[in-house]
Amino acid sequence: MRQPVSHLAGSSFTHLVLAGYTLLSLFPLFLVLINAFKSRAGIFDAPLALPNGETFSTIGFEKVLGKAHFLGFFGNSLTVTVLSLVLILLFGAMAAWALSEYRFRGQRLILLFFAFGIMVPIRLGTVAILELMVKLELVNTLSALVLVYTAQGLPLAILILSEFIQQIPKELKEAARCDGVGEFTIFFQIILPLIRPAIATVAVFTMVPVWNDLWFPLILAPGEATQTITLGVQQFIGQYATDWNAVLASLSLAVLPVLVIYVFFSRQLIRGITAGAVK
Amino acid sequence: MKHTKHTLSMLSVALLAGAAQAGTLSIESWRVDDKALWEDVLIPAFQKKHPGITVKFAPTAPTEYDSSLTARLTGGTAGDLITCRPFDKSLDLYKKGQLEKLDGKPGMQHFPASAKVAWQSDDGKDSFCMPMASVMHGFFYNKKIFADLKLAPPKTQAEFFAALDKVKAAGKTPIALGTADQWEANQIVFTGIGPNYWQGEAGRKALIAGKAKFTDPQFVAVWEQMAKWAPYLAKGYSAQTYADTQNLFASGRAAIVPAGSWDIAYYKQQGLDFGAFAPPVAKAGDKCQISDHTDIGIGINPKSKNKADASKFLEWIASAEFADLYTNKVTGFFSLSSHPIEVKDQVAKSMLDWRKSCGSTIRLNAQVLNRGEPNMETELWNVNSQVLNGKLAPKAAAQQIQAGFAKWYKPQQ
Amino acid sequence: MNRIARWQIAIFLAPALLIYASFSAWPLLDTLGLGFFNTDEAGQQHFAGLANYYKLLLDPQWSDGFWNAMGNNVEFFFIHMLVQNPIGLLLAALLSLKGVRFAKSYQTLLFLPTLLSVVIIGFIWQLILSPLWGVAESLLAQVGLAEHFQPWLGEEGSALLTLALISVWQFIGIPMMLIYAALIAIPEEVIEAARVEGASAWRIFWQIRLPLILPTLGLVTILTYVGNFNAFDLIYSVKGALAGPNYSTDILGTYFYRTFFGYQSQIGSPTMGAAVATLMFLVILAGVGVYFFAVQRRLQRHAF
Repeated sequence: MRQPVSHLAGSSFTHLVLAGYTLLSLFPLFLVLINAFKSRAGIFDAPLALPNGETFSTIGFEKVLGKAHFLGFFGNSLTVTVLSLVLILLFGAMAAWALSEYRFRGQRLILLFFAFGIMVPIRLGTVAILELMVKLELVNTLSALVLVYTAQGLPLAILILSEFIQQIPKELKEAARCDGVGEFTIFFQIILPLIRPAIATVAVFTMVPVWNDLWFPLILAPGEATQTITLGVQQFIGQYATDWNAVLASLSLAVLPVLVIYVFFSRQLIRGITAGAVK
Repeated sequence: MKHTKHTLSMLSVALLAGAAQAGTLSIESWRVDDKALWEDVLIPAFQKKHPGITVKFAPTAPTEYDSSLTARLTGGTAGDLITCRPFDKSLDLYKKGQLEKLDGKPGMQHFPASAKVAWQSDDGKDSFCMPMASVMHGFFYNKKIFADLKLAPPKTQAEFFAALDKVKAAGKTPIALGTADQWEANQIVFTGIGPNYWQGEAGRKALIAGKAKFTDPQFVAVWEQMAKWAPYLAKGYSAQTYADTQNLFASGRAAIVPAGSWDIAYYKQQGLDFGAFAPPVAKAGDKCQISDHTDIGIGINPKSKNKADASKFLEWIASAEFADLYTNKVTGFFSLSSHPIEVKDQVAKSMLDWRKSCGSTIRLNAQVLNRGEPNMETELWNVNSQVLNGKLAPKAAAQQIQAGFAKWYKPQQ
Repeated sequence: MNRIARWQIAIFLAPALLIYASFSAWPLLDTLGLGFFNTDEAGQQHFAGLANYYKLLLDPQWSDGFWNAMGNNVEFFFIHMLVQNPIGLLLAALLSLKGVRFAKSYQTLLFLPTLLSVVIIGFIWQLILSPLWGVAESLLAQVGLAEHFQPWLGEEGSALLTLALISVWQFIGIPMMLIYAALIAIPEEVIEAARVEGASAWRIFWQIRLPLILPTLGLVTILTYVGNFNAFDLIYSVKGALAGPNYSTDILGTYFYRTFFGYQSQIGSPTMGAAVATLMFLVILAGVGVYFFAVQRRLQRHAF
């Protein structure tokens, strides 16, 4: 008899904690979203109330949509993030394969060289990076951002992917080699599909800082045509710090696309992170 | 129409990829707030006179302006025209060869020596930025609250504190001011109310000459007055940002705000009925001293590929047309040129009239004093906020600033 | 071992090496090298040996700020270790229990803040904690604690803690997910065997599951360490580069920013900034070194 009771208590404790913390995670977003649809008076007088007939207003959105080019900013962010991810994953997996599969001179040195990049924030090299981009005539282009983010993401990607590649059973590769399959075919057709879960993990870890970065867009690509959403929102907030309708509306606009994408891909994303474990 | 213009400018930016091309000028500035004004008023006015020259106003938020400008100048991607901070910050750029020498350029003759000094080498021989505008500091008051409580704008410090007590008793916030952003504690409060104590230019020059110290009574007294403000500030003011302060005063919940003339435009736009008064003097009859600060200049990037057009632009900046547009459209920034300008806004005009009866000085530490390490501007932000927060005694504040100053400045050792 | 032509290895390695070397490693080495130079008024750089480091570590004008930032950074890290990782562990442990309903939805929602920009996070929390808007205060009032409200972000004693907790709020999803992945990877038979022997869920957790995920906890620790000693954005966007009040929220990232790029009328020094960067690098290197040699060697390797 005792078993079910304690089980029930345990399960309600579980849900209490999980639901409680989930509420804490969502509350700030909820607060911004409800207040974005209120009039100025509504925002100040009752910040916690839902918009009602009296306080409902979309004035903030009207102001923001007329002035800022959120759609363009969003497109820039998406382009930069996707391209960086593709390059990091492809080149990272190739290098990880070479470093964990083959023995050659200087291997340890190269590993150490990459490890260096995990430890030092790339921001410290800003001035040298900018000078380089100027020489390459890449300033105010999205390519500059893609190159920097790729360089920034590679070390961690290589570290995590090597770990996975080492776990792939030897027999698989040896069997292929005996059949006379070339190294490139082995890599692209056997190895890559096998490490897919790991690739998803790396994708999540590299995507977040790239999408949210404020620094390099500010230094390398501040032009209006190349602004990312993070930079756009930051400058917009700076400009309208006192206009809460506009600020709350722009915060909502910056958050919404992320929410939509996340809702669509969250399953794959989470499966990616956890799949590494379920072998 | 507007849409086409935008698409075109987007296209041109995309094509130019940073470095400017003949026929296009790009202006670096920290005046994010004035973007619409430049695009809708100032640039079209310039283009009427100089068709064929495209001008793009590309501001960066004030907090990022200096660091990102330095990075872009070093990397060679900065715009053709550089908006200059006064004194040492721009002097440093000039010494590094990042600003063009402007002596003898057309237009420079329209500025008095007192304006040019903010952007000259120490020996006064080289000018590197054209003076654009000054800002003034004082207090704004909510006319309705003052009328309801039958208060008149205070002239002396006794009247000032009497007014504060009355407002407090009436349940409103007497002074809208926060210390979260720190800068206003120095640029508006300390250097704004201070000149009455240290006698404006006389006190500032005495510090530079090494004849006065921050620990002297005329400086300590300023911190002593600031320490008295705490009970009159809004609850939780240590987390109150400048934007919060603006909201607080604009919404009519505070009676007085220590402000700079640049704030006129914002409060006007919010539809607030307000007036301005100069920092109160110690006793009736004293000559008032105000902080009338040369704040904005504009110079040419030596790496610009389009210096001829940049010079044409500067010449226009020096014209009476620009002086009038800038003073009257960008309310609260006063042209530094010698063209006679009629100021239309009433609050702005009343501030400008202070010049007739008061002595003018600039922000205390702007010239020479900011040059060493530890940097005095940074120190003052911190120390002044702490005094307002009640965490640092006025005497200790004075000692800290003086110690840092004496550390590197020969005449003070 | 494997007979493979050198050029094949080269092709696998070349793209990553090339991009990483030119856009990350070289600029970073260039910066670290700058730490041995100083800058004169005309912007020329001269070799100065260890002068910058001497100043930074021994001259009170610099060292006070540096050690203050260092101390704050250590505090920032410990708050993450004491709050973020235990809560992450708790959430992961609960999620990994058998048959918890809505587990997937909880995961999705708990991970959400991690995806948001720090600019947005900083601004939202500033609004919530703002004494003028009063959201935090009225929330406290509903549970009868209104008088405990303080302008936490503005007080010297609480600003750093508040910012660290905001950072914890945002990044809790990462330790949670890593630990969750490790927990569900534990073979079912191990747990079943213990259960058959009559071990309680509590004991199973402490004596079987926890020891098995130690390597992951080690990984979480080192990721937290590297992340915290590189932190910058949140403090910068909430408190500005001066990291007030009275530098109580100054950490190495903001100290580096001020030194390197300058702030307002304070003129930046790339050479001095590079020296700060080098010291940050050494701090992180020391931490990573301890992890690899002391921690990881002892723990048996376990795939996460």
